[in-house]
Amino acid sequence: MTEVTLSNVVKKYGAHQAVHGIDLDIADGEFVVLVGPSGCGKSTTLRMIAGLEDISGGEVSIGGRVVNDLPPRERNISMVFQNYALYPHMTVRENLGFSLHIAKQDPDQIKIAVDDAAAILGLDELMDRKPAELSGGQRQRVAMGRAIVRHPDVFLFDEPLSNLDAKLRTQMRAEIKKLHQRIGNTIIYVTHDQVEAMTLADRIVLMRDGHIVQVGTPLELFNTPVDTFVASFIGSPPMNLVDGTVNGANLTLTDGTILPIPLTARGLLHDGQAIHFGFRADNLMPIGHAVDEEGEIITLDLTVTLTEPLGTETVLFTEFGGAEVQAKMFNPRPVIPGEAMKFQMVLDKCHVFDAKTGKAIRS
Amino acid sequence: MPRRRLPEWFLLLLPAIIVIAAVVLIPLIFSLYSSFTPYKLTRPSTLWKWIGTYNYEKILTDAKFWAAFGRTVLFLTIALNLEMLLGLGIALMVNKVTWGQRTLRTILMFPMMFSPILVGFQFKFIFNDNIGLVNNALQSMGFNVALPWLVDGKLAMFSIAFAEIWMSTSVFAILILAGLFAMPRDPLEAAKVDGCTPWQSFRHITLPFLMPFIYIAMTIRSLDVARAYDIVQIMTGGGPARRTELLWTLMSRTGYVDARMGLANAMGYVSILLSIFFTVYFFRKLSAARAEIGMGS
Ligand SMILES: Nc1ncnc2c1ncn2[C@@H]1O[C@H](COP(=O)(O)OP(=O)(O)O)[C@@H](O)[C@H]1O
Ligand SMILES: [Mg+2]
Repeated sequence: MTEVTLSNVVKKYGAHQAVHGIDLDIADGEFVVLVGPSGCGKSTTLRMIAGLEDISGGEVSIGGRVVNDLPPRERNISMVFQNYALYPHMTVRENLGFSLHIAKQDPDQIKIAVDDAAAILGLDELMDRKPAELSGGQRQRVAMGRAIVRHPDVFLFDEPLSNLDAKLRTQMRAEIKKLHQRIGNTIIYVTHDQVEAMTLADRIVLMRDGHIVQVGTPLELFNTPVDTFVASFIGSPPMNLVDGTVNGANLTLTDGTILPIPLTARGLLHDGQAIHFGFRADNLMPIGHAVDEEGEIITLDLTVTLTEPLGTETVLFTEFGGAEVQAKMFNPRPVIPGEAMKFQMVLDKCHVFDAKTGKAIRS
Repeated sequence: MPRRRLPEWFLLLLPAIIVIAAVVLIPLIFSLYSSFTPYKLTRPSTLWKWIGTYNYEKILTDAKFWAAFGRTVLFLTIALNLEMLLGLGIALMVNKVTWGQRTLRTILMFPMMFSPILVGFQFKFIFNDNIGLVNNALQSMGFNVALPWLVDGKLAMFSIAFAEIWMSTSVFAILILAGLFAMPRDPLEAAKVDGCTPWQSFRHITLPFLMPFIYIAMTIRSLDVARAYDIVQIMTGGGPARRTELLWTLMSRTGYVDARMGLANAMGYVSILLSIFFTVYFFRKLSAARAEIGMGS
């Protein structure tokens, strides 16, 4: 059993505090993704778990054992680095077998383990090459192979795909997921890309400025963001946010549009309160090109200003409540900019955020 | 009628060609030619007498020459290896220093800034058996000895090597330090995660990466040592009684003291072979080590 627990973990670089007391429980076999804008302390957190950075405060434990003062080699973890970090003077085979060689394993067993990992990752053909003779994707595979040969308790990934091109990234993403399903180890994965986080994670940890903002499954973060930061970070396109004020049982948006308060926020607002009204693009659809929705539906007449056809759907840009917002059209037909269309919106799926704190208001 | 003109590139290169010919090519040809004559500085007419390979045959059967040759090879081997080890140690330590590293690096270069002659005189004084610092220190520590540092054969070789190493270890230290600075941090971290102790990281990751830098230093130094005449000449002059005779003191003695320039030049050409051998050897190693860490060969 290898759960990983962080309690009140702090990292200071001199006077600068990079991580502010993080608490996190990761279950055995869980795939957890740390995501957030760059500089928010994801790598620092991961490197503290790996033992590559000293821990300035709090405790990290792996498998129930506090590891604060243990060197990386005694933590039974393996790590895949953003720049691959292969050993340039060793062949692929030597790279893969290095950790076992250091652990003084029997050469025959090393060969079996290395061939095994190579087969999983399709590296058989490349065993005698040096890293300099490999492409980016191949290096990435070797780096992953090096991590899996050892059968560690925990895998740590630090933005392993960010140096690959888009197509390869998608492919490797799927491979990492398969790998997890196959091996079932605990994985802690760092990325700044919300798509990677959404697609890979059992649970997402969204960080900002050295704090954890929200922890939850991808759908939890998508459907019930705790504040405007989560709402605009998760999901593509980001959630539409429109300013407004509470006016009795209604919301008045900047341009005077009046809407009923969504069900989830009813009774939690006070008159005159400044708010952000939030909804996703796929909750604003032209009538006739919508996917069926249940609940309290309102209709709106809006003018399309720009279209982005994506094939199965088209993103429509339009003005609503005094802001530019994005809508989605399913089963799209050609739309000319300037065309007025009737849209529908499911009020129950909309969000209300307090304008001062940015926090979501929902029951 | 158009006059034939020399091509422009040739005209532009001409001054350089003339200078190089005057200071390198002509002396080279002259010395090579004179090594086939019994040329004596005191009797210029001997320059015109061709004696074929007589000088070379003489050298190759000369026990004194071979003694100096052997001593030189031994000296080179010991000095270069010790310089490498010390330089590596110093570089690793300086690399760990976080405060005042710049100053340290500058201090490290000091020995290289002195003229070898000065260093020679300095160590000649330090190792002097009468008034030298070393013996003085030994005596004030209660050892009632006056070691003949520059007189005893072994001790004198030690003293010369000491001076040479003192002066040139920093070449290794600085080049290896440059290697350490250029070293990517990632593979070291990967090694830590892969289970390496600090020593294993050094042995398997750092050292292979530093090898090209070490061989660059070796190549430079092998050229250097092959012409390191000054320190030996000042400290012992190859003596006493040829106990510290190295190739270059032997050559200068033969050429200038005995005035047998033809013979001296022949010795010069034999020892150039030695020097070329060392350089080629290290250069090969350098290329191999570069290929090893994927720097391309
Ligand atoms: N070695 C260091 N020294 C000082 N500050 C650092 C160091 N490493 C990271 N930081 C700072 O810590 C913060 C978090 O960095 P990092 O964890 O690398 O962010 P990211 O989420 O992009 O991985 C950043 O503000 C960064 O500038
Ligand atoms: Mg990072």
